[in-house]
Amino acid sequence: MSKTITIDGQVIPFEEGQTIMEAATEAGVYIPHLCHHPEYTPHGSCKLCNVNVNGRTCSACTFPAMEGQQILNDAKDINEERKKITQMLFVEGNHFCPSCEKTGNCQLQAVAYHLNMLDDHFPLFYPHRELDASHAEVLIDHNRCIFCTLCVRASQQKDGKDVFAISGRGINKHLIINAESGLLKDSELEATDQAAHVCPTGAILIKRTGYQVPIGERIYDHTQIDQVSLNSENIQHDN
Amino acid sequence: MYEHLETAKNQTNLKRIVVDPVSRVEGHGKVTLLLDAENKVQQARLHIVEFRGFERFIQGRPYWELPVLVQRLCGICPVSHHLAAAKAIDQLVGVDPVNLPVAAEKLRRLLHFGQVFQSHALHFFHLSSPDLLFGFESDISKRSVIAVLGAYPDLGVQGVMMRKYGQEVIRMVSGKRIHGTGAIAGGMNKSLTKAERDYLLEGIDQMVEWSVASVELIKKVHCSNLPYYDDFGTIRSNYLGLTKPNGALELYHGGLRAKNDKGETIIDHVDYCHYNDYIHEEVRSWTYMKFPYLLSLGKENGWYRVGPLARVNNCDFIDTPLAEAARVEFKAHSGEAMVHSTLAFHWARLIETLHCAESIKSLLNDPDILSHDLVAQGEKRYEGVGVVEAPRGTLFHHYQVDENDIVTKANLIVSTTSNNMAMNESVRQVAAEYLSGQELTEPLLNNLEVAIRAYDPCLSCATHAMGKMPLQLELINAEGQLIDKLVKHSNGDIERNSHA
Repeated sequence: MSKTITIDGQVIPFEEGQTIMEAATEAGVYIPHLCHHPEYTPHGSCKLCNVNVNGRTCSACTFPAMEGQQILNDAKDINEERKKITQMLFVEGNHFCPSCEKTGNCQLQAVAYHLNMLDDHFPLFYPHRELDASHAEVLIDHNRCIFCTLCVRASQQKDGKDVFAISGRGINKHLIINAESGLLKDSELEATDQAAHVCPTGAILIKRTGYQVPIGERIYDHTQIDQVSLNSENIQHDN
Repeated sequence: MYEHLETAKNQTNLKRIVVDPVSRVEGHGKVTLLLDAENKVQQARLHIVEFRGFERFIQGRPYWELPVLVQRLCGICPVSHHLAAAKAIDQLVGVDPVNLPVAAEKLRRLLHFGQVFQSHALHFFHLSSPDLLFGFESDISKRSVIAVLGAYPDLGVQGVMMRKYGQEVIRMVSGKRIHGTGAIAGGMNKSLTKAERDYLLEGIDQMVEWSVASVELIKKVHCSNLPYYDDFGTIRSNYLGLTKPNGALELYHGGLRAKNDKGETIIDHVDYCHYNDYIHEEVRSWTYMKFPYLLSLGKENGWYRVGPLARVNNCDFIDTPLAEAARVEFKAHSGEAMVHSTLAFHWARLIETLHCAESIKSLLNDPDILSHDLVAQGEKRYEGVGVVEAPRGTLFHHYQVDENDIVTKANLIVSTTSNNMAMNESVRQVAAEYLSGQELTEPLLNNLEVAIRAYDPCLSCATHAMGKMPLQLELINAEGQLIDKLVKHSNGDIERNSHA
């Protein structure tokens, strides 16, 4: 008899070693997330996947599924907290969706829509952040980085390189490039690297490709992130 | 001319009348009048009181963002900014207008005709028709499109539906009615599907028919008050705009042509990439909007008008039959080589509306708009200039980029900017000829707004004079005495002139 957890009253089987996120995704239950990606080791930093496990708040992407867990996921107060976290991500950076080339394909924007985020709520920081356009093929717009570390993990775990790292703490946290000059052009990054394609926001972009997908054909134009996420992550999992 | 009314000779003991805000225009502006004891106008100015600064904050962004970012200048004519920027970045990827795929050019033209059509309909029906139908000094309750819908329901609905149709053309081509995508460097990101084409074809005959009726309406309004309409706010000016190589009216791509008030050619078929050799801009301390002028004629005499009146005046003919017949009649009515009546802007605007409707119909029947050959590519360049005829006139976008594709310099000459001097002159003409010496009432002041409205100004598009703006700060005590004065000159020097 397989072991089970219960998410929002739904009994879900899991295999030993799976996280709550993995078990939920396999069962078709969406838990909002930004720093989680099924192909990379979990990081647990964005805190959007916070769920209530037997009365305690845990990150679903890092917390192991265990027999008999009673989990609250799609609950009003939890989603309110997720919305606040998302609002903080927006105000800490410079996210101007109307002109951003990632609009319609952006996970940050899509999760904000999913959580019914209608304003920033918090005062905007308007931090001064730079663009690194030095690489011939890849652009980094630090204004849009949410420090999810997916590029860090992708570079290490898939590309066999070590192009990115997060430096600094708290509000001074920032993405750095493994090159003496600190510039992307002097790093080992190539446009074909996974790290150049994994960014959930518009921080790491392939140059000269913006706006080529017409409105109506972008990832989240007609489908919400929960459906897109479950479909794509289960496909990746099956593969 | 009325330039002597820009600054009163003696500023003491003058009454100040302010029209703030100027209503039923896009953006924020105000008019100030200074009157003497006999209510004679001594000074009249149109001030643009908002500031946008796009030229500065697009510096440092990658060039492919430009068409989408810069169109946020405006919610009425974003397509014009989108296309002017797209034409400029075409050059950055080495694609000159002749090398743009045929389908891409036709789709851009379709998008642009939709844009001009909706913008002109908006201006005529929503913004100006209350003045033209109820009178310039009508009761304030009648000065809105709601009153038009009440008194002339068919006409009001027609205006709303015409605007909607233009917006639908934009949506089909660019994905959204306002602030879509569409144009990318070297082409377009989508063509029309047959279903989209057929949807637009369904309504186009009605649009042509209504456009013909609107031209007839404005002709009737204008000609039934001919001496008044030909004089009100009227100034003699130069005119600038694009024309096709054969001299036909052109809205998307052509050479620059300027004519003087007698219809004599000043420049013709000028490659707009060299606009800087022909047009310069002057900055004045009392408004955020610059004053462009034709270099060969100098600051004093080189100012010019742009927009529907300029285009219909400048072109040799219009290449759609119904609009051409309307143009011939329009030109004949004045008996001069150029029509100078400021209120004739409305007539010219509706002739262009008709031209747009005819052109949309023609393009919708062209199979090229269904083609998927949409993007061309060439050798990278570091500078691009894009010019289109926006609804309000000639629109210049000029960008420089570095080796990393980042914008280093931008210059925008927005249509309304070119009409700055003309709008001020028209305001002064109305103030001097129609208001001076009278006890000013609110309905009388609407006359000033009627003159400005004829130009269909978009004030929010047109204010970018960052860094060069001369400013003057005066501290005046309760008795009206000047205590302190700080002046920032256009070269950045700051001078203090203390009277304390």
